[in-house]
Amino acid sequence: MFSYILKRLGQTILVLIGISLVTFILLQVVPGDPVQLMLEKRADPQTIAAVRHELGLDLPLTTQYFNFLKNALHFDFGVSYFSKEPVTAVLLRCFKVTLKLTCLSFIFAVVVGITCGIIAAIKRGTAIDSALMTLAMFGVSAPSFWIAIILQIIFGIKLNILPISGFDTPVAFILPSIALGARYAGDIARITRTSMLDVVKQDYIRTARAKGVKENLIIMKHALKNAMIPIITLVGTELGCMLTGSMLIERVFSVPGIGKLAVDAMTSRDLPLLEGTVVYIAFVFVMVNLIVDISYALFDPRIRYGKGNSK
Amino acid sequence: MKIFRFFTKQKEFEQEVLSSDIEYSSYYKDSFKRLKKNKVAMFCAVVIVLLILIAIFAPLICPYDPTHQDYAAILSPPSAKHLLGTDEYGRDILSRIIYGTRISLSIGVVAQILASIIGVALGAIAGYFGGIVDTIISRIMEVFAAFPDLIFAMAIMTFMGKGVLNLFVALGLLTWVRTARLIRGSVMQLKEKEYVEASKASGATSFRIIMKHLFPNSLSTIIVLVTLGIPNAIMYEASLSFLGLGVQPPAPSWGNMISAAQPYISYRSLYSVMPGVAIMITVIAFNIFGDGLRDALDPKLRT
Repeated sequence: MFSYILKRLGQTILVLIGISLVTFILLQVVPGDPVQLMLEKRADPQTIAAVRHELGLDLPLTTQYFNFLKNALHFDFGVSYFSKEPVTAVLLRCFKVTLKLTCLSFIFAVVVGITCGIIAAIKRGTAIDSALMTLAMFGVSAPSFWIAIILQIIFGIKLNILPISGFDTPVAFILPSIALGARYAGDIARITRTSMLDVVKQDYIRTARAKGVKENLIIMKHALKNAMIPIITLVGTELGCMLTGSMLIERVFSVPGIGKLAVDAMTSRDLPLLEGTVVYIAFVFVMVNLIVDISYALFDPRIRYGKGNSK
Repeated sequence: MKIFRFFTKQKEFEQEVLSSDIEYSSYYKDSFKRLKKNKVAMFCAVVIVLLILIAIFAPLICPYDPTHQDYAAILSPPSAKHLLGTDEYGRDILSRIIYGTRISLSIGVVAQILASIIGVALGAIAGYFGGIVDTIISRIMEVFAAFPDLIFAMAIMTFMGKGVLNLFVALGLLTWVRTARLIRGSVMQLKEKEYVEASKASGATSFRIIMKHLFPNSLSTIIVLVTLGIPNAIMYEASLSFLGLGVQPPAPSWGNMISAAQPYISYRSLYSVMPGVAIMITVIAFNIFGDGLRDALDPKLRT
């Protein structure tokens, strides 16, 4: 187990270095001189040179990269070009909102997805099963921002019971969480159903039935526990996707989260802010995946003893 | 000499098979038969063909030019003249949705072809050569996979500038890892087969082995991946266009239409609903057809 975690950690560090490198290279090829962008067209060459020096943009690229890496390790991405606020402060403020939204959607997706999946598996082949699976397919195939708008139209405008924007009241989070979670709920429902049906075929379920264990107990204790592994893997990867997917939802509901920040930084070409957002989101994403993988190994001993060590 | 005799025997056998009444059925023929039995998948295939026809013949079907602005009919409700109404510039919404099919399908297909070229090449190289080459390519794949997808596409679009061409590149770069991973796995398995060993023993170059033996045998996997990758790319395109980083107005795209429609949801809800319906139909059709194709071509791939 320990060696598996160590190996995964090593991989993660490599990936993080790779991400920083890719981000850095992308920033180098961005058209337009950031200093000119920052100072606008009026600045004279002298000022530009001075600012260049101040930002360390006149150093060789390798030195620039190591400086960038060093600062990134301290979570220091400099100051936003336009608002002059430290990037880290802005990031943390926006991330809180995104995290709240993501967590709520995550809970929604997991609870609704697993429940629907189990019901569909138990009622296999009936109308309930096909209804739930059709619903899941729609959820997976519709863009989240469109679902968000549909929810706004139904609950915000036609029924007028829920607010369609803002993030001040807890009620305001209901629609965004459902919109963001719908797709993942559909995914989870489908995999839960497949996985449950797989497990139900196994011998130990038949044994449990033969022993006369109650059906509910079989489902909850014997089947669900073993069906959990594929579900957990999926749920784990989806947590990361939700973090980035939230930017679409944030846009629809005008929630000032990290997604909105990233879009704003991109449209205004605020490079330090952009750099910080990209590295930060990638970092969180990679960390979430690392934690998921480790917990996956905890759940399934085969990973750490079999596949984990053989390679 | 012995080998020569073997080949003549083989030829004789083939002749026999071809001349006899036994119905000779190739792998792809078989798969197609299996696919034809899957009614839902065939229905989706029809939908896809219809969508392709709509995309090709868009100028003939459209009642109006999708960029023609009619200031006398701004945000008009659905009527006989404009079946789905008009948008904030008086443009016909139905025509814009029809033209959106063009953009969505072409982006889906081109991005997937690009992703397949990169993915198949790198996946085959990594799987075939193994060792240090495999390690390097696998690490590169890990970095690409670790990047949050939407952020990555957005970053590329910002750095390279907006536009349909860059969108192809961004989405291609976004989705090649999946292809590369599966091809790598498939090649690693295939290269242990006897015919590859025989080919190697008779002095075939690595390039020849990859192109002659490994590629054709991975083709069904690639076909399935491309079909299932298209709806994915369409979804990304819609998301990026919705955020204003993809297809730029006035060019119509389902994503940027939804974004444009958002301010008017309270009194022209159909304007924002219809482009989404178009996305959903396309994505569902490709997904179900792709699943059917996967089951028909390689039942083992089924998850």
